[in-house]
Amino acid sequence: MTHLKVVGSSPSRIDGLDKISGAANYVDDLAFGPDLLHAEIVESPYAHAIIKSIDTTAAEKVPGVVRVVTGKDFPYRFGLYMQDRFIFPTDRVRFVGEQVAAVVARDAKTAKRAAKLVNMVYKELEPVLDLAGALKDGAVLVHPDLGKYPRCPWFFPQAGTNIAHYRKTRKGDVEQGFKEADVILEDTYTVPRYAHCAIEPHAIVGLYDLAGRLTLWSASQSPYTQRHVFAQALAPLGLTHKDIRVVTPYVGGGFGGKAGVSMEIIGAALAIMVKGHPVKVRWSRAQEFYNTYQRQGVIARIKLGAKKDGTLTAIEHTLHWDAGGYVEYGANVVNAVGLSATGPYRVPNVNIDSVCVYTNLPPGGPYRGFGYSEFHFGLESHMTRLAQQLRMDPVVFRRKNAIREGDTLAYGAKMNPSGLHEAIDRVAAEVRWGEKEKAKDPNKVVGKGFACFWKAPAMPPNAASSAFIKFNEDGSLNISASGMEIGQGYLTVMAQIAAEVLTVPVQHIRIEPPDTDRNAYEWQTVGSHVTWGCGNAVKAAALDVRGKMFEVVERALSLPRDTLYLEAEKVKCRARPSFALPFKDFVISGIQTPRGNFIGGPILGSGVFMPEFTSALSDPETSQGGHPNVHYTVGAAAVVLEVDKQTGRMRVLKAVLAVDAGKAIHPELVKGQVTGGVLQGLATVLYEDIRYDLKGRLLNANFTDYKIPTSLDLPDEIVPIIIEVAQPDGPYGARGVGEHTMIPAAAMVANAVEDAVGLRLKSLPITAEKVALELQGLRYDDVKGSYMGLCFVGKPEAYAFRTSSAARKR
Amino acid sequence: MTKRITLGRMTQYARNANRTERRHIAGLNGPDGLSRQHAGAPASRLRNLRLRLNGEARSVAVEPNDLLLDVLRDKLGVKSPKIGCERGDCGACTVLLDGKSVRTCLILAIEVDGHEITTVEGLSHSGLTPVQQSFLEHGSFQCGFCAPGMVLAATELLGKNPHPTEAEVREALVGNLCRCTGYKPIIDAVLAVSSKTGRRV
Repeated sequence: MTHLKVVGSSPSRIDGLDKISGAANYVDDLAFGPDLLHAEIVESPYAHAIIKSIDTTAAEKVPGVVRVVTGKDFPYRFGLYMQDRFIFPTDRVRFVGEQVAAVVARDAKTAKRAAKLVNMVYKELEPVLDLAGALKDGAVLVHPDLGKYPRCPWFFPQAGTNIAHYRKTRKGDVEQGFKEADVILEDTYTVPRYAHCAIEPHAIVGLYDLAGRLTLWSASQSPYTQRHVFAQALAPLGLTHKDIRVVTPYVGGGFGGKAGVSMEIIGAALAIMVKGHPVKVRWSRAQEFYNTYQRQGVIARIKLGAKKDGTLTAIEHTLHWDAGGYVEYGANVVNAVGLSATGPYRVPNVNIDSVCVYTNLPPGGPYRGFGYSEFHFGLESHMTRLAQQLRMDPVVFRRKNAIREGDTLAYGAKMNPSGLHEAIDRVAAEVRWGEKEKAKDPNKVVGKGFACFWKAPAMPPNAASSAFIKFNEDGSLNISASGMEIGQGYLTVMAQIAAEVLTVPVQHIRIEPPDTDRNAYEWQTVGSHVTWGCGNAVKAAALDVRGKMFEVVERALSLPRDTLYLEAEKVKCRARPSFALPFKDFVISGIQTPRGNFIGGPILGSGVFMPEFTSALSDPETSQGGHPNVHYTVGAAAVVLEVDKQTGRMRVLKAVLAVDAGKAIHPELVKGQVTGGVLQGLATVLYEDIRYDLKGRLLNANFTDYKIPTSLDLPDEIVPIIIEVAQPDGPYGARGVGEHTMIPAAAMVANAVEDAVGLRLKSLPITAEKVALELQGLRYDDVKGSYMGLCFVGKPEAYAFRTSSAARKR
Repeated sequence: MTKRITLGRMTQYARNANRTERRHIAGLNGPDGLSRQHAGAPASRLRNLRLRLNGEARSVAVEPNDLLLDVLRDKLGVKSPKIGCERGDCGACTVLLDGKSVRTCLILAIEVDGHEITTVEGLSHSGLTPVQQSFLEHGSFQCGFCAPGMVLAATELLGKNPHPTEAEVREALVGNLCRCTGYKPIIDAVLAVSSKTGRRV
């Protein structure tokens, strides 16, 4: 490969000046003039109830109210992978806070006042709030019509039960595998729900103009997917894709919460109802917590066996997910884990059962890590514990079993190139693994914890990316693609890829957030796949542009195409060293010949990337036969943790994370993902602690009571390590890293707590309060009171992992 | 008319207090107890608010219960203060009020009559300030939503204390939440401005 000039360097971010000067516009900042209407949502106070009647007359009489909208106006379902969600439900509500009506008014205060006058009558039903209750015989059904919902072909809902999807993976013979094992460890781990907490709340403005054009300005990671879901849901009204336009300006943080379609459907529907007027729906911080997506809770049983020499022989991993009232996106999280819950290890015999269970809690959905953070907590805790039983060092044990290129994955496909061994070694060296550290304060002890991780993008097999490139008169260029800048630095990375091919400095490239009317197609900015997928499309577009430039030069000047190359914004020729044609001299106006005519014209290029080697088709009983994941990104991490034996307070002295980026196109951005991801991961262990009451009401839907980290809460030191084992089908070898950096956090902290004070905590979060209580010999579960962070009330060890007889009959 | 506007930065204590308490801390609970809960006041209560906004004298009609944040964004067209939590937790709506950083979601617009407000738009008029330049160089933002508030909090700190310690920087930024960066590049940027402007104490 030739020497790379731009890829691998860290130029100033393309969006930097916008964001630091105050120029960056987010949806709520866009101006729509005095005709802008405001919506206020009427919400269900019940977790599960039948809607008996809705009386909107009093609200409609309030001066300034333009329209009150209910499910009567939109009796339609929507959903990304399964259409189980309602724009406004017509028959029953399924979680506290679900939208049942909307008041549209001239100003926000009037809308708020009038919304209180919408008179709702409900018949309360028994809510399904715990997994055991959801799965027992004769359970109350959250979705009696489950069997009728349109869905993607790789979901297996079980009609007549609360099981929305059941992913089974079977490889080898686990019974035989456990027979071969010298040591078997079996235990249960629980992970509660979490909230994304992007600082920008969701917002959408919709305008259905008088000509019948529907435009949505949306704070979204997924403009094209939103357009598609809107078009599907609104098809009964005669709207088609070409009639719908989604514009996404800058997004103030996504983390999965702004993927797919959640509250945005309301904006689209309300716009239809107030034709000719723009209408804004902006979520409050509380709504942000309970009516977008939450990370799903899970209880997992792991049985893991190994031989004396440390070779893993078998794993049985059963996960029951509290997926909430709607799973149109969340069931795919369950699916992804059902394929990958072996972790990054060679395990010859595998049984995975990943079960997506409806409950009457807020809808679960995508959250940075897409289920992998959740299962890694149990699995990576278990790996350390099994090593202890084998009297092996946990790092040596991991290294011995670490997956390598070409290994057979649980579903039968082969592992991609992987730098996992290098990651393990470098992290262990960086934290001086094996050396005990002493705290200065006698009340404190220091422990170390280690964890490995992997994750694949969870995408449908036809998740495509595309890009256009066009030149300007001065030789600068515009890239038009539809990945979303959610902070990760996507715009800059795409510019670098084009800059590398076209020898144009990054500063001469403009690339902006998407507009589905003008920008090339992108499936979604999720799964840490845009650097790879959209990067491939941009590279292809740049190569297309280069080919077209060569073609024009060849035609106009008779220089053979295969002698031409680009350098410093000029076309040059190996056969004629004196030749140097600046881009600006011909990329718009063409090349003049001696006859006076012009050859060429505006140079335009396009590129497409489709992962043509993937397939989601496989045997539902074993998951064998397909190629559902494009590749895995792997890595390792460790933490040096100081624990106060009296207060339980923990301080992260050092966190180290190595991730195999394939090729770091912008190393500083990769490091930024590590620093931010590590802190977001640590927050799920140390601080964030979601609470529901026994009616299914979320108790801490704000930043006072749901504590995300502040500047005082970051580790004393974070060391990012970039590994580069190239991904053969990635642009310059790159693969994604965005989500991965928070995945190992929970397990590494749990392992460090045990190393420090001898406590093995098997449920998240691991707050100071919990550590302090457990250190005094109190079971946290006994004193926590009646709340639910996870969707079950009992003790984890009593959970039987049973499904109803209706489900078992299948 | 004397105003009780002596708003310092909210501390960790203030973050943990409830909304009413926070308004007391901020000295903002007037005898009429006006707050966002009492929405929908009749238009006849419109009053004229005069202030200096980013160096320019502005005047605008406001209702007594209009929040400063909403007036800045919707009536005065200044969009860099963002709506993040509407209860003083996140700091995205930070502006400088007579040079001190405040959360505009906790202040009624009429309370700043006769005062001076600076937002990031006001800082950037004659090119980037050293703080902004340093944020740019250190990649101290990802999604950028918290950036205007962060820049102002850092600007205030360095104005008062040109050579803060790392602990002082962390303390000064504690009321501005960032979910993307892990804070490290922000703290580095502030310390870099400090070291550029002379010897650190």
